[in-house]
Amino acid sequence: MNFYKDRKFMLKVTRKCLNHRWIEPLFKYTTRFFALLVFLLLSAILISLIAGSWDSIQQFGWSFLWHDEWDPVQNQYGALVPIIGTIITALLALVIAVPVSFGIAAFLTELAPEWLKRPVGIAIEMLAAIPSIIYGMWGLFVFVPLFQEYIQPHLIETLGDLPVFDLLFSGAPFGIGLFSAGLILAIMIIPFISSVMRDVFSVVPPMLKESAYGLGSTTWEVIWKVILPYTRTGVIGSIMLGLGRALGETMAVTFVIGNAFQLPSSLFSPSTSIASAIANEFNEAGGLQKSSLIELGLLLFLITTTVLAISRLMILRMNNREGKKS
Amino acid sequence: MKSNQNSRFYWRKCKNTLMLSLAYVAVIFGLFWLCWIIFTLVTRGIPALSPDLFLHETPAPNETGGLINAILGSLLMVAAGTLLGTPIGILAGTYLAEYGRYSRFAKVTRFLNDILLSAPSIIIGLFIYSIYVAQLNHFSGWAGAFALALLIIPIVVRTTDSMLNLVPNNLREAAVALGCPQWRVIVMICYRAAKSGILTGILLAVARIAGETAPLLFTALSNQFMSWDMNSPMANLPVVIYQYAASPFTDWNNLAWAGATLITLFVLCLNIATRVFFQPKQK
Repeated sequence: MNFYKDRKFMLKVTRKCLNHRWIEPLFKYTTRFFALLVFLLLSAILISLIAGSWDSIQQFGWSFLWHDEWDPVQNQYGALVPIIGTIITALLALVIAVPVSFGIAAFLTELAPEWLKRPVGIAIEMLAAIPSIIYGMWGLFVFVPLFQEYIQPHLIETLGDLPVFDLLFSGAPFGIGLFSAGLILAIMIIPFISSVMRDVFSVVPPMLKESAYGLGSTTWEVIWKVILPYTRTGVIGSIMLGLGRALGETMAVTFVIGNAFQLPSSLFSPSTSIASAIANEFNEAGGLQKSSLIELGLLLFLITTTVLAISRLMILRMNNREGKKS
Repeated sequence: MKSNQNSRFYWRKCKNTLMLSLAYVAVIFGLFWLCWIIFTLVTRGIPALSPDLFLHETPAPNETGGLINAILGSLLMVAAGTLLGTPIGILAGTYLAEYGRYSRFAKVTRFLNDILLSAPSIIIGLFIYSIYVAQLNHFSGWAGAFALALLIIPIVVRTTDSMLNLVPNNLREAAVALGCPQWRVIVMICYRAAKSGILTGILLAVARIAGETAPLLFTALSNQFMSWDMNSPMANLPVVIYQYAASPFTDWNNLAWAGATLITLFVLCLNIATRVFFQPKQK
């Protein structure tokens, strides 16, 4: 009997506690606070970067952006070389990764037999799971020596003499440099681009595709003339997402780009990128150099944020249009 | 006229075959690198794996040793980062999915969260360096854990948000009709319904932060000795791999390969296991 009494009492107490009116607002405002935290974090990152680079901003002003010397001895710093290195490697990565990702996405949505979709999809996503430092190590120890010995000399010999290409493919075969960095970046961003592309491809209404097939289109024509125009915004969004990733990638690039503060004379010359310059020098730097490195970080943050914001807006717009139609 | 049509037909057919085979080539291109990287890790890393890795600390140049301090440091920091970041992420995601829904605030937060999600991790490292390490004037394991927590928060926010969105409204309405206050609906009904999805997201997030190097470079740094003290510099696998891979000593390079293999094995297994066990077979 006692047991039942106790139990009843307990139930009463718990019920009272759980039904208290203050829990609901408490829960709501706690969750709201943490949602607000996301916003605060972004602003805190921006503010701390500006504060950290204040010395450098005051010292160099806007000229920081287009000066190409990086001289710890004379305390002169300019961001031109890392900015150019970052942009070239990221663009190179896009040039390689976009067609490949498009092919993969087309394969996964249109061509592959049902049983193959899942394993291939997972395998491609595994490329994104491999930590970037592994890409770096693999690039430096395995890819670069092979590339330097077997591929690069041929590229220089054959393409280096042609009129336009000689600007891109010339110089000594170092192995490390912008091209290796761009290629490894391309491998790293393929899974990101292709998974977004696959997602947007799969929302194309089957009726559209079927009507095109019914008119006698080939599979390629359906992909190129029906699916791609329908998903244009989403595809551009996915490319921008890949670009954002490529711009900010650190460890893989640090290993293979060569870390030389010099303006690149061709795609094969060693150079540096914003992220790898920071990773390389930050712990040994002090004073103005540290401040300049933080300003580099600020630049990177602004660039990637802009790119990612555009990417998200594009993907959102695509999804909104989808929502209105259905 | 007819032959003209025919040739056009063949041209379209050829183009189709060509482009579709290029798509196959693209898939092979992607898988090729994956296989090559895994092959390299197997051939270089497996011979370097030995029980010594788990018994000894990182050595001085040209001495033998293991990676136990780095493994321990990584485990501690990843665990601390996950424990710090996950609750914050889940609560924020809950707000977005359950209370905010389509409000302006929720939309903006979702957008900013997506930006934070893809922000370069080195920026997070710089951020923690300037607000924590530079203020206290020493590198520490906690700083590393904070950096990892910051990386994990946006991932968890996003998964929680999208998983809770998948919970059918009927469930919520049924619970409300029984007299549940909203917080109990969320805790007792929605969380349970979305449990496996949220768990998948968290595990994938753990897999992602386990290999992060850039944010740890300026926060946890490294430490040659075994240390349980999260307030001092702490060894961790990614940074040790970075330092040892860049060094001229073969012993260190081999250790780096062993560490790289360990980390990749861990990350890939976690990824594949979560996908196979938790994700629904077919949408």
